Amino acid sequence: MSGLRGPPRKGENFELSADLNSEYREKRKDAIKKVIANMTVQKDVSGLFPDVLKNMQTDDLEQKKLVYLYLMNYAKTQPELVILAVNTFVKDTDDPNPLVRALAIRTMGCLRAEKIIDYLCDPLQKCLRDDNPYVRKTAALCVAKLYDLKPELVIENGFLETLQEMIADSNPMVVSNTVAALSDIHTAAVAAGTTSDHFHITSVILNKLLVALNECSEWGRVAILNALARYETQDAQESEHICERVVPQFQHANASVVLAAVKVIMIHMRSVRQDNLTKTFIRKMAPPLVTLLSNPPEVQWVALRNINLLLQKRPDLLSNEMRVFFCKYNDPLYVKVEKLDIMVRLAGESNVDALLSELKEYASEVDVDFVRRSIKAIGQTAIKIDEAAERCVNVLLELIGTRVSYVVQEAVVDIFRKYPSTYEGVIPTLCANLDELDEPEAKASLIWIIGEYANKIDNADELLAIFVDTFTEESYPVQLQTLTAVVKLFLQKPDSSQGLVQRVLNTATKDCDSPDVRDRAYIYWRLLSTDPGAAKAVVLSQRPPISLPRTTVSPQLLEELLGEVSSLASVYHKPAETFVGPGRIGIDSLQRKASEIADERVAAQKALQTVAQGQQAENLLDFADDGAEGGQQPSGLAATTVLAQTPAAANILAGTSSNPLDDLVSIFGSANMSVPTVQPGQSANPLAGFSFNTAASPMPPATPSVLQAASPPTQQSQQEDLLGLF
Amino acid sequence: MASLVAILDLKGKPLIQRSYRDDVPPSYIERFLPIVLDLEEEGHQVTPCFTREGINYMHIRHSNLYLLALSKRNSNAAEIILFLHRLVQVLVEYFKELEEESIRDNFVIIYELLDEMMDFGYPQTTESKILQEYITQESYKLEVQVRPPIAVTNAVSWRSEGIRYRKNEVFLDVIESVNLLVNANGNVVRSEILGAVKMKCYLSGMPELRLGLNDKVMFETTGRTARGKAIEMEDVKFHQCVRLSRFENDRTISFIPPDGEFELMSYRLSTPVKPLIWVEAAVEHHKGSRVEYMVKVKAQFKRRSTANNVEIYVPVPDDADTPKFRASTGAVQYAPDKSAFVWKIKQLGGGREFLMRAHFGLPSVRGEQDSMDKRAPITVKFEIPYFTVSGIQVRYLKIVEKSGYQALPWVRYITQNGDDYSLRTALEKGSAPIVPM
Repeated sequence: MSGLRGPPRKGENFELSADLNSEYREKRKDAIKKVIANMTVQKDVSGLFPDVLKNMQTDDLEQKKLVYLYLMNYAKTQPELVILAVNTFVKDTDDPNPLVRALAIRTMGCLRAEKIIDYLCDPLQKCLRDDNPYVRKTAALCVAKLYDLKPELVIENGFLETLQEMIADSNPMVVSNTVAALSDIHTAAVAAGTTSDHFHITSVILNKLLVALNECSEWGRVAILNALARYETQDAQESEHICERVVPQFQHANASVVLAAVKVIMIHMRSVRQDNLTKTFIRKMAPPLVTLLSNPPEVQWVALRNINLLLQKRPDLLSNEMRVFFCKYNDPLYVKVEKLDIMVRLAGESNVDALLSELKEYASEVDVDFVRRSIKAIGQTAIKIDEAAERCVNVLLELIGTRVSYVVQEAVVDIFRKYPSTYEGVIPTLCANLDELDEPEAKASLIWIIGEYANKIDNADELLAIFVDTFTEESYPVQLQTLTAVVKLFLQKPDSSQGLVQRVLNTATKDCDSPDVRDRAYIYWRLLSTDPGAAKAVVLSQRPPISLPRTTVSPQLLEELLGEVSSLASVYHKPAETFVGPGRIGIDSLQRKASEIADERVAAQKALQTVAQGQQAENLLDFADDGAEGGQQPSGLAATTVLAQTPAAANILAGTSSNPLDDLVSIFGSANMSVPTVQPGQSANPLAGFSFNTAASPMPPATPSVLQAASPPTQQSQQEDLLGLF
Repeated sequence: MASLVAILDLKGKPLIQRSYRDDVPPSYIERFLPIVLDLEEEGHQVTPCFTREGINYMHIRHSNLYLLALSKRNSNAAEIILFLHRLVQVLVEYFKELEEESIRDNFVIIYELLDEMMDFGYPQTTESKILQEYITQESYKLEVQVRPPIAVTNAVSWRSEGIRYRKNEVFLDVIESVNLLVNANGNVVRSEILGAVKMKCYLSGMPELRLGLNDKVMFETTGRTARGKAIEMEDVKFHQCVRLSRFENDRTISFIPPDGEFELMSYRLSTPVKPLIWVEAAVEHHKGSRVEYMVKVKAQFKRRSTANNVEIYVPVPDDADTPKFRASTGAVQYAPDKSAFVWKIKQLGGGREFLMRAHFGLPSVRGEQDSMDKRAPITVKFEIPYFTVSGIQVRYLKIVEKSGYQALPWVRYITQNGDDYSLRTALEKGSAPIVPM
């Protein structure tokens, strides 16, 4: 009887097997407990299956529960033996005690063994119509379990119709579990691509749900609210009605009820036409959202991620509440980070001073990551509120005097990009801290400043020479910035930096492993050697000042996420398809990509970049920025777009100029395609030659005015020098 | 929706687990901690929810344990995270303390609870009082078989029928916790009052209760004029027994209470609060030799009130040694584990003011790291009985039961510190010089 593999004749399992077959009830029960204890510590006790099974028929409820627990764990490993348990299960669903009936039907649904599914339908049919609500609410969920195993059985047996009827049950707990089961089935059906709507919410059902909402337990309310969110209203009046009925749920102590109510309101408010009603709902939503911050930190975090989304849609939602988001000293970092983001969102002229003094305080805390983000927030505040920019810069300057100078640089760069010529007086202070820099981001930022303001910094060439000397040892973002900065310097002060630019281009094309750096170096090189005037127009052209994006996700995605408030999607700020399993919709195809993206933050940032590219195409023009933030941006793309800005290139790209078109395109084509395969310094010759011959003739006539600006002799010798390098 | 719930120790080893759905194999539990460590190593923050290879990990921390839920769907994160907290709460009520040992000792009952509290990944009954009625630590005797309490599925899912008391009494505790942040130059940056009305209900039958407060909005909606002050609560949260739609309509707080102890409601006020207990510290730092503190405490409330068990935590450098204290009242202790010293005052009368001085030695050689002093704020704990900052008052508590008994309500008011009553340490310079006492 003890299975085919033959149990060991000694050891713990052998002894347990003997005890399980003991004639004394207490001894058997103790043995079962030991088996479960072993199961808990993940020892294999599956071999005892038949012995445990014998103890299933008992009046002792605790023992019964333990045996059931064992069965749930090992039913899958012993499918042939599970069939032996069926009789007891079916008998238990007729037990006079409702607890036993419910336990049996609940456990049967969890066994997940093909063999017994067919035996499940009859008892389930019975339990769905049980007198006792406890049994009914358990049976309702069991239908969802069955659907998960074998959808056909649910449909054949008419369980869906039974569930639909049960929405009218007199007991609120039964109603809410029925709703949960139907919603679960709906989700599974959608994931499987079934077209029929298994849970169509009619206006009759709607009214029943609204009634049950006020009576059921907290978790039941969440289930019902989620169903209400799916309802498609007929007209504005109905939407208003739903909102009005749901608003009282904001007062519930359970945060997930509050968030579920927020979700329903956000969805149905879309079709509310009366402005004053919308305003009332928004006004009533604010205090409960703030109160969510009195929850444990993990709940706070979920709330904050959602508040962040809500603010992107309704910036006025919490306009007077910035102070409640001030960080507490003992908040976990993940809470502080979210709060920072929200504080900047809520910053306005009226509260910016309070915000700045708070951010300054954070900048002196211990956690480097938090300090860095706080300082970044100061930079963002400066970009967001023009009037406060000067105060922000002053705060940053004060901070430079302290130990955190290295972080400050990054924030200052943002300010420079927004207010290009307003705060040049700060530059000497920044350069004075050059030696202390060791973080790549900070270095890259400062180098960008030196390059951008090369004509105002007397010893820019000396400063940049330091980085050129150590070029190969630096990280790629620093290399990219150094390259760009030196080129900018050269274009502004050609006399003093000719040697430097040659050195950096040489190193970047020959001794560098990063294709990005090498590509960009080649592009500059060709630009400079072909036509320094055009290069100047390209590299030093005016860039539009940056602004803080109001949303971090696209408007469509924002709407989608607001419809999913409190779900994981709204927490990650990513659409569900990007992380949801199990593969019937295609997470499998996404999986490889997902594993590459190590962290949501990275993904979010990438999404942000994509959005930014779409919405503010002008940002692409700022390719110095690509180096500072992305680092991974293909320089080819950036360069192409930039070129399109100069008149000559625009002509060429538009096809108005006759012959140069092919040539110019071929420059980029060949450079981009061949560089990765061509070893630098070895076969670079034909490539360079090709581009030189073709590009040299058509370009000058296209940009005569720029040509005059550059001094011809220098250009001449420059070209020779560059040619000589090959 | 959760596919699996597990409790893990700090090494990431599952102590107990329960699968609710088949779509996430239990083997993923053991991947949790390595991912957390990876994230930490790469310098990323570890958030309560994250996704890896199609599996969503949702977790909370409780003392030395992780409570973890796994899912493959776009689950309701708020619901699951809250459920994990509720699970902690229930287990704590069952075993007093929730730790590795209490889990190992009680695995049978935890399995039972996990089975009862969640079904197919959906939270079910999480009221520990109701659970305790049919899931108990004693083995069931054969003759008395437990049945599911009607309350589990009742519209009144928090109270069982047939409760009898010889003497019917209700105790109301109105407790206000003050959270407050004072910055270094003495301004209140942020303040809020978190109030809670806690009840101890010893009432027979199914009593209907109605609670009246001096709620400004209620007075306005009903057109009544208030005698004395009315308060404006910014947000109110109720226990699930309170009829929310009734409150929404006419601000009436009506309910059938659970039996015994529970929190009826909580509210929040963000009206500016003057610090009830004011503390300022002057610090004189002599790098490489010693550091001196002078702390002043002032009770800024009416003379007829008294604050009890006042504890003032003043942070000091981690490596401070040889403490010397002198206080004009109370006792001072060094708490090196908290990098602070604690000034304890048993009773602090309204309007009173006291001083204390502390002196610490500092090592002459300090590491690079130590020179970055942590700027932890001063925190204060206290309790002021018979007093509420907001001025909230219980106007009446009506108790109606069909048997018509008389019941006595008792009301008590307390104001105490919240979890964040902090005053940022005075900077070294700029504050008053330290003079000998």
